[in-house]
Amino acid sequence: MRFKSQKIWIFPEDDINTDVIFPGRYTYEPLTPDEMARHALEDYDSKFIEEVEEGDIIVAGNNFGAGSSREQAVTCLQAAGISCIIAKSFARIYFRNAINQALPLVISPECSDFITKNKKNLLSSKEKIDVDFDNGLLKIKDKVFSFPKLDDQALQIFKAGGLVEYTKTRLKKST
Amino acid sequence: MVGQTLIQKILAKASGKETEGVVENEIVFVSPHRILSHDNSAAISKTFYKMVGPNGKIWGPEKIFIALDHAVPPPDAVKAGNHTVIRKFVKDQGIKYFYEGGTGICHEVLPAKGHVPPNVVILGSDSHTTTHGAFGAAGIPIGRTETASVWAIGETWLKVPESIKIILDGSLPKGVYAKDVILEIIRQITAAGATYNSIEFYGSSVKKLSMSERMTLSNLTAEMGAKAGIFPVDDVTDEWNKQFGFQYDRITADEDAKYIKTLELEVSNLTPRIAKPHKVDNVVPIEELGKTTIDVALIGTCTNGRLDDLEIAANILKDKTIHPNIRLLVYPASQEILLQATREGILEILVAAGGQIGVPACGPCLGAYGGCIASGEKAISSANRNFKGRMGSKEDTGIYLASPATVAKSALAGYITAEES
Repeated sequence: MRFKSQKIWIFPEDDINTDVIFPGRYTYEPLTPDEMARHALEDYDSKFIEEVEEGDIIVAGNNFGAGSSREQAVTCLQAAGISCIIAKSFARIYFRNAINQALPLVISPECSDFITKNKKNLLSSKEKIDVDFDNGLLKIKDKVFSFPKLDDQALQIFKAGGLVEYTKTRLKKST
Repeated sequence: MVGQTLIQKILAKASGKETEGVVENEIVFVSPHRILSHDNSAAISKTFYKMVGPNGKIWGPEKIFIALDHAVPPPDAVKAGNHTVIRKFVKDQGIKYFYEGGTGICHEVLPAKGHVPPNVVILGSDSHTTTHGAFGAAGIPIGRTETASVWAIGETWLKVPESIKIILDGSLPKGVYAKDVILEIIRQITAAGATYNSIEFYGSSVKKLSMSERMTLSNLTAEMGAKAGIFPVDDVTDEWNKQFGFQYDRITADEDAKYIKTLELEVSNLTPRIAKPHKVDNVVPIEELGKTTIDVALIGTCTNGRLDDLEIAANILKDKTIHPNIRLLVYPASQEILLQATREGILEILVAAGGQIGVPACGPCLGAYGGCIASGEKAISSANRNFKGRMGSKEDTGIYLASPATVAKSALAGYITAEES
């Protein structure tokens, strides 16, 4: 899996919660992923939804996706075009939700720090980022960062394209 | 077998590995005793049908619990339509445990209706599913798609977590409550400090905590990122369980069970705590908070909307009137609590003091309806989250979390205080 970093959104703050990623006032309305994308990060960075492009990545601090279990906080970013999130750490439910939606997450404090520090440099050169999920390696410029690989079960769900597809396959196998 | 913590014993039992036990970070497959959802059940049902096809049937209609609570009664046609989808789904699938809007908040109704015996796994499509650890169960929060998958196949994978031990000793001083204890714990452990961990509560103070107070603690373990927050079963739990006639063994953690962290807290000298905007671990002793005027005071939610919470507030508000600049919102956590509060005269005191009583449900805690705050306004709340924009507007607003007693005292004063006026 390879990403060309169109744009890197850097949110170095810790504990960015799902309420600011996808506000509660929209959570009990039936919305399509594209409609959800219109509210992505609405209460955190109102520029985001105007400027985000297909293939952009997010770089964050610790505990990204804290708080409410709302899955729209994954879906809205994915529908907005985000191809990968690199953070120092993720909240537990957010991490599971991302696997279930097959949104790639990379846990790497070193990489998060590196990109944050070299932001200007990286943006001007439209640097490519290579992410190898099978081996837990991320390459940017000449730097290689390793990150924890997914457990086998999580990897199976991720590779199936998410939990909907995984469950469909499992149901077919059992009949 | 290596020494087993409470969560290891519960997950071993739920995954058929009771004899050999489980180790930390092992992946196990678990079928829940109950799986909980609420207004999000409409969205979950759509995902469920994507998985199983239009004529697909649910794995266990007698395992699924749905309570409408997050937008009750619905404030607009869209949210009303959301409930319509859920009612149809419940009927089509023959779901046994459906609780109509107004019955109460899912985390209050689930145990009160006898769905939480000790030692079981409760999965829930709501982050505060940790609440059910109060009953000696493992209440584990999951997301919507995962809930749909459990509805379809009856199980999910879980990683056996490492555990944190919290030991509480001493007696709570007057005016200090379970909420203050857990806010102090969150201050020390931080918002990410228990990520992927299970928390177990011990110590001499725990024996004195009621089920309601334990629910407050377990509920807020979610705000440290915990996967579960469990109280070992004791005499208080047994007494609560008598009404349901549950048969169970008292499971205890092994002497040689491993904990990655132990936090000891002497509660006898604790003062009321406040979580300042916009993070739950932004906690200070109330004496360190400068004068903070407020506009809204909220008593309710799955954290602190039970009978004892309303009673504590009523004792403070009796024969008094709230400050003219304050709107006091009271949301009893369930119909049963509302009825009991009516019978005991608690409600009359709260209304006479100027309180606005809401239908038992989540209220403005998540900013979807029922008393949202406007730009420039501040709220003190007995809820569990103070994130930016959580209760409505994000512009120049702030939510301060506190015990129901501090909320009531602040409603009288017009600013945040733990002094009785």
